[in-house]
Amino acid sequence: MVDACDIVVVGAGPAGLAAAEAAASHGKRVVLIDSQPRAGGQVWRHDALHGQPRVAMDAIRAAAGNANVTYLEGTQVVAVEPERLLLQDARRGFHLAYGALVLATGARELLLPFPGWTLPGVTGAGGLQALAKQGWPLRGKRVLIAGSGPLLFAAAATAQRHGAHVVGIHEQAGASAVHRFAAGLWRWPGKLAQAARLRLELARVPYRTGSIVTTAEGDHGVSGAHVRGGQGDERIECDLLAVGYGLLPQVELAQLLGCALEPEGAHARVQVGPWQATSQPRVFAAGEACGIGGIDCARVEGHIAGLAAAGAAVPRALVQRRDRARAFAASLRQHFALRDDVRGLANDDTTICRCEDVSLGAVRTHTDAREAKLATRCGMGACQGRICGGALAELGHGPRGGMRPPLFPTRLATLGEPVLSSVSDTRGYTP
Amino acid sequence: MKMSTVRLTINGLRVHVPAGISVATAIALVGQPFRHSVTGEPRAPLCGMGVCFECRVRIDGVAQQRACQRVVNPGMRVETDG
Repeated sequence: MVDACDIVVVGAGPAGLAAAEAAASHGKRVVLIDSQPRAGGQVWRHDALHGQPRVAMDAIRAAAGNANVTYLEGTQVVAVEPERLLLQDARRGFHLAYGALVLATGARELLLPFPGWTLPGVTGAGGLQALAKQGWPLRGKRVLIAGSGPLLFAAAATAQRHGAHVVGIHEQAGASAVHRFAAGLWRWPGKLAQAARLRLELARVPYRTGSIVTTAEGDHGVSGAHVRGGQGDERIECDLLAVGYGLLPQVELAQLLGCALEPEGAHARVQVGPWQATSQPRVFAAGEACGIGGIDCARVEGHIAGLAAAGAAVPRALVQRRDRARAFAASLRQHFALRDDVRGLANDDTTICRCEDVSLGAVRTHTDAREAKLATRCGMGACQGRICGGALAELGHGPRGGMRPPLFPTRLATLGEPVLSSVSDTRGYTP
Repeated sequence: MKMSTVRLTINGLRVHVPAGISVATAIALVGQPFRHSVTGEPRAPLCGMGVCFECRVRIDGVAQQRACQRVVNPGMRVETDG
C-alpha cells in the first residue's frame, strides 16, 4: 500500500492524466486517483459498448501505465490536512502524504430546476451521455435533449449510437448567437471538424435554437415535455428528457485546501497563475476546475501543472497553447450565455434541493446559502449542495458557502483512521 | 462474439446482466425502481457521474453507494429502497 509520494494528482480525466505523465516523466513518484471505476474523466468516459477513443487509451496508458505512477481507481478525497489527504475507496479509508498536489477535479453540469425535473427519466444532458456509456437501456427510446452548448450534440450523438431515437435538440441560445459561434470556429480547426462530424451524424435530428423546456410531465416517469420557442409552446412526447445548461468547475477540494477562488459567472473557479499554481503552496490546478475550457485546454494545463509540480521548466510553447485554448472557452461562454428566462422556470412548488425535497418557495426569502440551509435543510443531503447550490447561485440566491470535511458522505470507519485529529482543524474555511 | 454476463441480485431478484455495465444501468435494465425521496417521490439517476446521489443504493450491505460509480461484479447484492 502506498502511504506517501511526491505528487498526488486528483482526477484522471484529460488534465489529470497529462499532469501525472508529465510529473512522472521527471522521475517523480505520482499517485493518480479518480472516483470513477475507470480512467478517462467524463469526456473520455469508457463506453460499455464502444470502448474509448484511441487518443484516450493512449493518454491513459502514458499516465497510468508509467512505472512511476500508481493509479487508484474508485478512490475519493474525503478530507485534507497539511500535506496529507484522507482517501476512501469501496473497501477502506487511508491516508496519503504528498509533496505537491495537482487538482484536476473537472466539471459537473449546471442543472436548473423546472417543474417535473425530479421525475425518473429526466437527466442532465451530460448525465444522459454518461449513463448511455454505462450501458443504460436506450434502444428504441424517444429522447429529447435540451439546454445549452455543444455538449447537447455530443449527448445526442452518444444516445443515437446506443439506439435511441433523438426527437430533438433544443438550444436555449438564439439562432444569431449560435451562428456567430459557428462562424468563428475556423480559428480552432479541430473543433470545427468535430462540430461538422456531429452535425452530419445528427442530420436527421431537428435542431431548434431559442427553445426551452419549461415543464416535464409524467406519472411515474417522464412521458413528455413542454417546449417554448419561436413557434410558441408545444408538447413533445419522450421517454427520456436530458437537460443541461453547460458546465460548472468542481472546486470543493480546492476550497477545502484554502485555495483562492474567482468568479466564473455566478459560480467559482480556482484561481491559478501562469504555471497553474494556486494561492496555496505546492498546490496546482488544471483543466475545468480553473474555468470551463474544454479538453484541449485541460490537456495542456495538466501538462503545465505536472511539470510545475515536479519543479521542471515549463516550455513557453505550452503556455501559448494554453492561452489559445482558453480563448475558445471565452467564445463558448459568450455565445451560449444563458437567457434570463431559463432562470425563471421553477415556481414556488418546484423542488430545488432534491436530497431534502425543499421547494424554491421555501428558500426564496433567503439571500444567503448558509441561512437557507439552516432554516430549510436545503443543501444538507447526500449531494452536499452540489446540485441545488449551483442552481441557486445561477438563480441569484447567493453563492455557495465554504466546504467542510468530509467532502463526500463517508463511512465512520474511514473517519476513524488514525491521524485524523488535525483534520477537523479546517483553518477558517467554515462557511 | 458472445457477450459475457454477470449474475447478481437486485432487490432479492437473481439477474443476469452484461459484464462491464454500471450497477445503475443494471437496475434500469431489469426494471427495478431506484430510491424514493424523503417525501416519497420516485427518483432515478440524474447526473450519471457520482455527484447528485439520486442513484444511491446499498451494495453488499454498505449503504449510500452511488450505483453509477460501480461496475457490476459477480455475486453483488444490490438493494434500492424503491
